[in-house]
Amino acid sequence: MKINLALAQINTKLGDVEANLAKHLEYIEKAKAEKTDLLVFPELSLTGYVLQDLVASVAHKPVEDDPVFKHILAASRDLDLVVGFVDEDSRHRFYIASAYLSGGKLVHVHHKVYLPTYGLFDEGRFFAWGDAVRAFDTRFGRVGMLICEDFWHASPPYLLWLDGADIMLFSSASPGRGLNDKEKLESARWVERVTKAYASMFTSFVVHSNRVGYEDGLHFWGGATAFDPNGEELAHGPYNEEAITYTQLDLNQLRRTRARLPLLRDERTALVQKELDRILNRG
Amino acid sequence: MADINLTLNTDLARDILSGFIKSEITRVGLSRAVIGLSGGLDSALSCALAVAALGRENVLAVRMPYKASSKDSLDHAQLLIDQLDIPNKTIEITDMVEPLFQLDPDISNMRKGNIMARERMIVLYDQSEVFKGLVVGTSNKTEILLGYSTLYGDSASAMNPIGDLYKTQVRQLSRAMNIPAPIIDKPPSADLWADQTDEKELGFTYEEADKLLYLLVDQRYSPQEAVEAGFNKKFVDTVTTRIRRNQFKRMQPPIAKVSNRTIGYDFLYLRDWGT
Repeated sequence: MKINLALAQINTKLGDVEANLAKHLEYIEKAKAEKTDLLVFPELSLTGYVLQDLVASVAHKPVEDDPVFKHILAASRDLDLVVGFVDEDSRHRFYIASAYLSGGKLVHVHHKVYLPTYGLFDEGRFFAWGDAVRAFDTRFGRVGMLICEDFWHASPPYLLWLDGADIMLFSSASPGRGLNDKEKLESARWVERVTKAYASMFTSFVVHSNRVGYEDGLHFWGGATAFDPNGEELAHGPYNEEAITYTQLDLNQLRRTRARLPLLRDERTALVQKELDRILNRG
Repeated sequence: MADINLTLNTDLARDILSGFIKSEITRVGLSRAVIGLSGGLDSALSCALAVAALGRENVLAVRMPYKASSKDSLDHAQLLIDQLDIPNKTIEITDMVEPLFQLDPDISNMRKGNIMARERMIVLYDQSEVFKGLVVGTSNKTEILLGYSTLYGDSASAMNPIGDLYKTQVRQLSRAMNIPAPIIDKPPSADLWADQTDEKELGFTYEEADKLLYLLVDQRYSPQEAVEAGFNKKFVDTVTTRIRRNQFKRMQPPIAKVSNRTIGYDFLYLRDWGT
């Protein structure tokens, strides 16, 4: 099976969900014209990133009677979609979230489990922490989603791997930093290094969709990527400009790679569990 | 001495910084910029970045000499104006500031310098309205950290593309962007009085200061670690004191909190809110 994948690295208007929705629908049309099966938008693609006190006013629920999601759900009849948004639960906690939509239905919502609250980041002040890392079934097989800081930690991708995800969909609103004499920003090099490493270590597809544009002095660098189960780069979007990056995931590659390199077969989860129990119960 | 490399990828720097200028100006529905061109390096670089962002016809360079300003300053600004082929104006500030100077025969150079810097801010913001462009800042990271500026004077702007570049990085990017050599090669000066140079007034060179600031600020060295890395203790003390004492120049004035929601504390929005 082959999936036509598209990664949309868009700019957003900060706090203007209506304008961002219009851009999503425009990109969805473009991707449809290219016979895309799955289109992945970046983190908080419907809202913008440094929301601060805008959080409550931009929150939406991924349900059919929501004025924003009714359009996205309808669009997902033609191709599967991942969008970034602020999710509000029934008790009014706000999460940085990604929704996977397919066939006009919501398939899965991931709430960001690691909220960076250091340096230039202040997410923990404004958002609730997600408390689950789950793979889920799609028409392309089992998939997992993570959001930015989630994959700066090794455990969420590892958990998705063990939970059966063969395709990991990462999304970010990654502010560029660490400009020096190297070809790329330090933040871009770090993210590309770890996403490639996850694809290699987990012999899985790992794709990353990162936004572009500016919010005050912060600059988002784009550079969408897709890696195959050998850790080879399948596609690389441009830096610093809006684009859709198209590539094809040949799912048969999972079988070929894992026949050669049975890291998943040999993973000793019981050993991990035993040692984690020991480490966590030590005190 | 620790090996400190402040070299930039200048292509990437130019793209990010000119993209920033374009974004900040176009997102509020404008397309133009106004820059006070002193004849020095910082304003030359900001101006070149603005031209890269907006196109030559959309950047107004304003020269604002005082009668005692060096002729070189005017000439060097002209070199850049000619090279970039941009709209420009020369508005002399002598007649605006002299009446204030004359109110006090004992007025110090520092007071005069501050008054001139603030007068230039007034002229620039007025031209901003005439030209329908935003004022692009020209302060670099070194002088912002050291507080080597006039509050509400040269530090005033709508956005600052070069405020995260140390002076030596400004020089490097300026070379890459073909700023005329006389501007790059001359000693940095606020040109507020004859023979003034930044380095004479500060008591150390930008190259030394940049390396130390890079360790203290970017690499989070403690002052003691900076001394262990080879910097003179007195120099480290001077610089760390300057950084701390000039924090007020880097901030909006604090508002006394009495209500449940106060601007600056718990009323938090980016400037780019809604755009």
